[in-house]
Amino acid sequence: MKSKIMQYLPASLYLTLIYLFFYIPIIILIIYSFNKAQYSLLWHGFSLRWYEELFADTDLWIAVWHSLVLGFFAATAAMCIGSLAAVSLYRYAFKGRQLLYGMVFILILTPDIVMGISLLILFSFVKISLGFWSLLLAHITFCIPFVVVTVYSRMASFDEYIFEAAKDLGANDVLIFRRIIIPLLWPAMLAGWLLSFTLSVDDVIISYFVTGPGFEILPLKIYSMVRLGVKPEINALCSVTFVLTLLLVIISQVALRKKP
Amino acid sequence: MKNENGLKYFSLSVIWIWLIIFALLPFLLVSIVSFLSHDENHLIRLPFTLAHYIDLNNAIYLKIFEKSFYLAGLCTIICLILGYPFAYAIARMENHFKSLFILLIIIPFWTSSLIRTYSMITILKPKGIINSVLLWLGIIDKPLALLYSDIAVVIGLIYNLLPFMVLPLLTNIERLDNRLLDAARDLGANRFTTFRKITLPLTMPGIISGSILVFLPAMTIFYIPDLLGGSKSILLGNLIQNQFLVTQNWPLGSAISIVFTLLLGFLLFIYWRTMRGKEHGNLI
Repeated sequence: MKSKIMQYLPASLYLTLIYLFFYIPIIILIIYSFNKAQYSLLWHGFSLRWYEELFADTDLWIAVWHSLVLGFFAATAAMCIGSLAAVSLYRYAFKGRQLLYGMVFILILTPDIVMGISLLILFSFVKISLGFWSLLLAHITFCIPFVVVTVYSRMASFDEYIFEAAKDLGANDVLIFRRIIIPLLWPAMLAGWLLSFTLSVDDVIISYFVTGPGFEILPLKIYSMVRLGVKPEINALCSVTFVLTLLLVIISQVALRKKP
Repeated sequence: MKNENGLKYFSLSVIWIWLIIFALLPFLLVSIVSFLSHDENHLIRLPFTLAHYIDLNNAIYLKIFEKSFYLAGLCTIICLILGYPFAYAIARMENHFKSLFILLIIIPFWTSSLIRTYSMITILKPKGIINSVLLWLGIIDKPLALLYSDIAVVIGLIYNLLPFMVLPLLTNIERLDNRLLDAARDLGANRFTTFRKITLPLTMPGIISGSILVFLPAMTIFYIPDLLGGSKSILLGNLIQNQFLVTQNWPLGSAISIVFTLLLGFLLFIYWRTMRGKEHGNLI
């Protein structure tokens, strides 16, 4: 028994250290979000002052709303375009198939900053004013490849004979798509949607270039707040988002476990 | 039979048109802009010139390129050293624990990366956690100037990018065939030899994917040097951002981006050449 503990000890110590590295910054922010003092790192007593300020900050809530709207539309459009692309990439033989596949991969690997400036140049050439539409087009563009990859890898696990059987039974492409592909693919499409939504809501770099004065989104609002210096309100915001994500994860885990 | 091809042509034209307008065309525009002249009032104007590429041959810019590659490389190597044993330990767990521990890696990354970078400030400050602990332990007698230095930038980058190293490694190590390790041991190889001759070569795809996923963003996440670095901690991302949004020199900014993209393309090409023939794919 003792030797078993000794065998696992180094590994568990190491894992603990890395997890501490991941979580300590967040835990510290949560603790300081309840601190009375504004500048000091010393504990000045418990207070909910920063939460009150956070909930009273209307600009911030507008930015949250903008981010959610943008994320919703970007993820939905990216899911539709990306899923169609993945299905055709998988099912059809056509000229330029390798090229299309290659372009999707290159788009994933393109550094955000290069995508940001190139879209900025595009929008200023075709005179699309910077704001909601420029952000939406940019977000759809960087989400599409992630949907394609997610849906494509799911399709690769299908039994090919399903399509042949459907065809033999007289189904055309649209019917196959509606009756076979969509019902089998929706978990992957949903995963693609969720991935796109998170990418969109969290993106700083690309949005930074294509944003306009009329439509402020949350990450850029946070960026401008953070650059101005230490603001305990941000600690409160971080705690709220962290607790919300934790709740979502727990709910989804419980929901998934209940299903057989 | 009309329906037969309708769907195919519809989906293919949608994706092609989208990629051409929003990926290919913008990149062509960047290339064109990089050859245009800089104009204070109109951002860009004719005639075509090579001036910006020649400007890049300036010691300041070369230094930033060199430094970006150096810091991103350093960050990648540290992520690999920290991440490999970590991924290995998780990959060898029982399935039930494994998914929990993987979830624990991902959860922090659902909160904004900006906020997490900001929290590094409170840790690295002169009166922050690291300095307080080191002072208390008596290892140092006055606070280290961690914040606003290159060290802070590297720590911030590692904090943000470590999961991108761990996750590809994890999927790769999971697929490792245990029988090969047993066979090596049966044939008398010690742990080190087994690792060097079997584990390492078989997990090379994971190592390379992870390194690419860490190295590429490390050079361009401009908000990390901006928040954690000093005035000298300018990386490529900050340089490009400055040219576009501060000094408004779009042609120079474009030229920097093009050179940067070509360098990355070259690295990826080398990767593709060395990986060809081996088990390929699983880049993402």
